Amino acid sequence: MQFDKPATTNPIDQLKVVGKPIHRIDGELKTTGRATYAYEWHDPDMQYAYGYPVGAAIAKGQVISIDSSVAKQAHGVLDVLTTLDLGDLKKGKMNTARLFGGKQVQHYHQAIAVVVAETFEQARAAATLIKVEYAPEQGAFDLRSELDNATMPDPSTEPESSTGDFHAAFVVAPVTLDAEYSTPDQSHSMMEPHASIAAWKGEEVTVWTSSQMIDWWRSDLAITLGIDKEKVHLMSPFIGGGFGGKLFLRVDAVLAALAAKTVGRPVKVALPRPMMPNNTTHRPATIQRIRIGAEQDGKITAVAHESWSGDLPGGGPETAVMQTRLLYSGDNRMTAMKLATLDLPEGNAMRAPGEAPGLMALEIAMDEMAEKLGLDPIEFRIINDTQVDPEHPERPFSYRDLIGCLRLGAERFGWDKRARPATRREGSWMIGMGVATAFRNNLVMTSGARVTLDQEGIITVETDMTDIGTGSYTIIAQTAAEMMGVDIEKVAVQLGDSRFPVSAGSGGQFGANSATSGVYAACVKLRDAVASKLGFNSADAIFENGQVRVGNRSFPLSEAAGAEGLVGEDKIEWGKLAETHQQSTFGGHFVEVAVDVYTGETRIRRMLAVCAAGRVLNPITARSQVIGAMTMGAGAALSEELAVDMRRGFFVNHDLAGYEVPVHADIPHQDVIFLDETDPYSSPMKAKGVGELGLCGVSAAIANAVYNATGIRVRDYPITLDKLIGRLPEVV
Amino acid sequence: MRAFSYERAASVEAAAQAAAHNPESRFIAGGTNLLDLMKLEIEKPSHLIDVNGLGLDTIESTAEGGLRIGAVVRNTDLAAHETVRRDYGVLARALVAGASGQLRNRATTAGNLLQRTRCPYFYDPNQPCNKRLPGSGCSAIGGITRQLGVVGTSEACIATHPSDMAVAMRALDAIVDTVKPGGERRSIPIADFHRLPGNTPHIETELQQGEIITSVVLPPPIGGKHIYRKVRDRASYAFALVSVAAVIQPDGTGKVAVGGVAHKPWRIEAAESELPNGARATVSILMADARPTDQNSFKVDLLERTLGAVLAGARG
Ligand SMILES: Cc1cc2nc3c(=O)[nH]c(=O)nc-3n(C[C@H](O)[C@H](O)[C@H](O)COP(=O)(O)OP(=O)(O)OC[C@H]3O[C@@H](n4cnc5c(N)ncnc54)[C@H](O)[C@@H]3O)c2cc1C
Ligand code: SF4
Repeated sequence: MQFDKPATTNPIDQLKVVGKPIHRIDGELKTTGRATYAYEWHDPDMQYAYGYPVGAAIAKGQVISIDSSVAKQAHGVLDVLTTLDLGDLKKGKMNTARLFGGKQVQHYHQAIAVVVAETFEQARAAATLIKVEYAPEQGAFDLRSELDNATMPDPSTEPESSTGDFHAAFVVAPVTLDAEYSTPDQSHSMMEPHASIAAWKGEEVTVWTSSQMIDWWRSDLAITLGIDKEKVHLMSPFIGGGFGGKLFLRVDAVLAALAAKTVGRPVKVALPRPMMPNNTTHRPATIQRIRIGAEQDGKITAVAHESWSGDLPGGGPETAVMQTRLLYSGDNRMTAMKLATLDLPEGNAMRAPGEAPGLMALEIAMDEMAEKLGLDPIEFRIINDTQVDPEHPERPFSYRDLIGCLRLGAERFGWDKRARPATRREGSWMIGMGVATAFRNNLVMTSGARVTLDQEGIITVETDMTDIGTGSYTIIAQTAAEMMGVDIEKVAVQLGDSRFPVSAGSGGQFGANSATSGVYAACVKLRDAVASKLGFNSADAIFENGQVRVGNRSFPLSEAAGAEGLVGEDKIEWGKLAETHQQSTFGGHFVEVAVDVYTGETRIRRMLAVCAAGRVLNPITARSQVIGAMTMGAGAALSEELAVDMRRGFFVNHDLAGYEVPVHADIPHQDVIFLDETDPYSSPMKAKGVGELGLCGVSAAIANAVYNATGIRVRDYPITLDKLIGRLPEVV
Repeated sequence: MRAFSYERAASVEAAAQAAAHNPESRFIAGGTNLLDLMKLEIEKPSHLIDVNGLGLDTIESTAEGGLRIGAVVRNTDLAAHETVRRDYGVLARALVAGASGQLRNRATTAGNLLQRTRCPYFYDPNQPCNKRLPGSGCSAIGGITRQLGVVGTSEACIATHPSDMAVAMRALDAIVDTVKPGGERRSIPIADFHRLPGNTPHIETELQQGEIITSVVLPPPIGGKHIYRKVRDRASYAFALVSVAAVIQPDGTGKVAVGGVAHKPWRIEAAESELPNGARATVSILMADARPTDQNSFKVDLLERTLGAVLAGARG
């Protein structure tokens, strides 16, 4: 199905099942431990062996030799595969750094060997017996000191934009801001580590893994192994979080496949937690400069946003300036990204890539600017709201109600109680409120599905879509139930298997809208099949209560299916609506913090997000996405930072003791409100993404609340107490 | 993790003997620190001697009116004990500020005293570390040091002792009772129990090979306000940036030990005479010899302010 015209009324609009607060249909499996995650597949007939990976001990250079002779003799060891045994393996299309093979070390903890043994413990013990000789090389690890060497990234990343004459307008603007902000490297730190099991049958390999994008992994695994894609079967029905860390093929799958081939048995490989931050990808650090010029009345006349980030050769920039092209009005604008070569681990997508760090900076800048103008920060944003793409004013937003989010949020949060900076105290706590805009584009991807009706009247949906904890199973079941006019109990959903039609996968907050639209398209085909089987005109047929009806003739769906059943298969493809209409999602974040006047400890007291993201397919799963994202943004604001050892070139705090994500005690109270809206330009579902929106801007709202509490402006994340302490009031 | 053998000792003396015979052996209590370190091969014992089940799990009053805490009493049980909560509140508060509920259910008194540093370089076997591999160098110095020590450090090591419980015990003048392999008993004041790193950061306490902790004895209660203030980047489940254990009397005198700053719970008795004069005067003595790094110099300021909060709390 080609989606090239705005959606009109369709069966989804009945909202009998879609839009209802239905609990996760896979929830019981998960809470009872019956959902099988990658490492847990256990077939009693399979003689699993266990692979333990070894990571490079240097950041850059060459592996000269690997002596695994002692390890090979160790108890239970079946074999040791080293990166030198293999020569250069081909790199997957989506990978920047090589995952395995060859003598080059591009980053710390890059995999250089895997030990395969009868048990996990034996493999782990033997891994420490491997002796490696390196020829280290000097690398570049400090973004700040590489700024002058940074260059324009590949044109395909659209590194620059400019409208009007920024410089001329900025110079004459009566009120201006010119400030620099920084965001650190961050780690996805999802609960489930990267893990895979591989088993070969002849020349074909089956890999049970933890992947957000089945087809990308399948293609890249085939390339890396040098075999046909058709020979690779991937399974990933349950995923314990990804946040972008499982978008691209990772080394656990490669090592499991290579090791399984070598030892002739199925092999399990999981990345040990301390290896994850340096072996896999991370969100790259940024340094950003923002300049804003405005008239006294608050109208922005000039805005510039520049961002510097680093990556391995062949990598790309963190696209932190993108939202600034679209978010606020202003006739004279420019954005630019520069990319430095760094020999740190590969930088790549992490939840809301670009917007997350970009808004961390921009939304502090907006707060600073509002203060300079003497305007309430909400009013300042409203004054500069735009209904068109400011770089291309002929292109309207498909639907934009940012103002509605901010106004409703202000009312519900009690924004009028916000005091002047550093004036509100409760005992030793300094109290402050902050606000920020949430903004993230609505991306879409081609997405396919197959829907089958059997003679019991059961609808089975098959798609290689993934559920990374987000609720895909549930919203897909709701979509099929709505389309076919059955109860949700009559729908079975099968996900994450490469034998199923290729879907959007989970990423870029495109998953829910794209995958359900794919299911919608397949259901349209199935409705046609049912109608034609019964000799109906499909357009006249009404599907409800498990029946299909035309006029006063009606049949149970099961009867239409017959013994052989009926199938509908299709995919949703996207026309040019995104070219004529900018599709984005919006929100307002409101945060109240308390900062201890003695110690500078910041503790969040309450958070509210008001979101406008098209139709909400399921308020329970959508809310979970937003509160999870708000929590992630709390970590980004207050504690999360991969600490770079600039001499040795690695992230030092590479476990969950050193890399501090929020714990329950950090998140006292969260509220989420969704505006009731639909966006017919986005899809037949009229929905948009929400998975990343909740993260966008929230850290800046926290930073702004810290400012309001203390009068101290911190522009370098995370806002830890050492950045406040020298400027807190005298107390002793 | 290396393969190891395991035994349940029959008595305290037998445990000590067994450990003396095999220098590669370790006692295991709750296992919450030792097993983690074994998985990373930072500890590589060939033999484990289980000290649970030796009758070291009781809390009882001493003849002097103090409290004897068995070596394997769980942190949770100790924190919840009526006498501890009534008479040694600083200890109860320090305990519940540490780790998580699940960990405290396993963690023991002796194990907590003997837990090893959380220096990130100590935890990464690829990196030189004098504590892990004597003579290999200290990779923390000149690297990431925000969490590390500011006082009593050496050229060889700037790590901290991460315990909360031990800081409170230091303020309470606890005594560590042990049995040596020959059966000899000794009582080590907690002030002398942990060592500064000097040139031998791998030697962390006064214990000899095979010497087993049987209990920790608290002197009779001293009254006063008991406060434990732990400062950290998130609200729970994180090690202290700095912590203050204080017992403050109504006249403003008191005892103060601090954590997160040194290789041992840090206390200078002479500083306490300044308590009535406030936090700045006290900390200026406590931190007189501080040699912080650029990344952790904030700890000195933070300590002063945290003690300020504690003293204000004691007054209020
Ligand atoms: C995630 C995490 C977070 C933590 N956070 C904190 C925190 O915030 N604050 C804090 O204070 N602690 C914290 N801890 C540390 C925790 O308190 C210790 O792991 C625990 O107290 C150790 O006690 P255990 O009985 O498990 O020791 P074990 O691991 O069994 O033993 C530790 C050491 O003590 C030796 N030993 C044990 N018993 C004896 C004995 N009777 N005689 C002689 N030697 C003995 C062992 O040989 C070993 O060397 C944390 C730990 C973890 C894993
Ligand atoms: S500070 Fe101590 S523990 Fe840390 S690396 Fe240096 S020697 Fe090792």
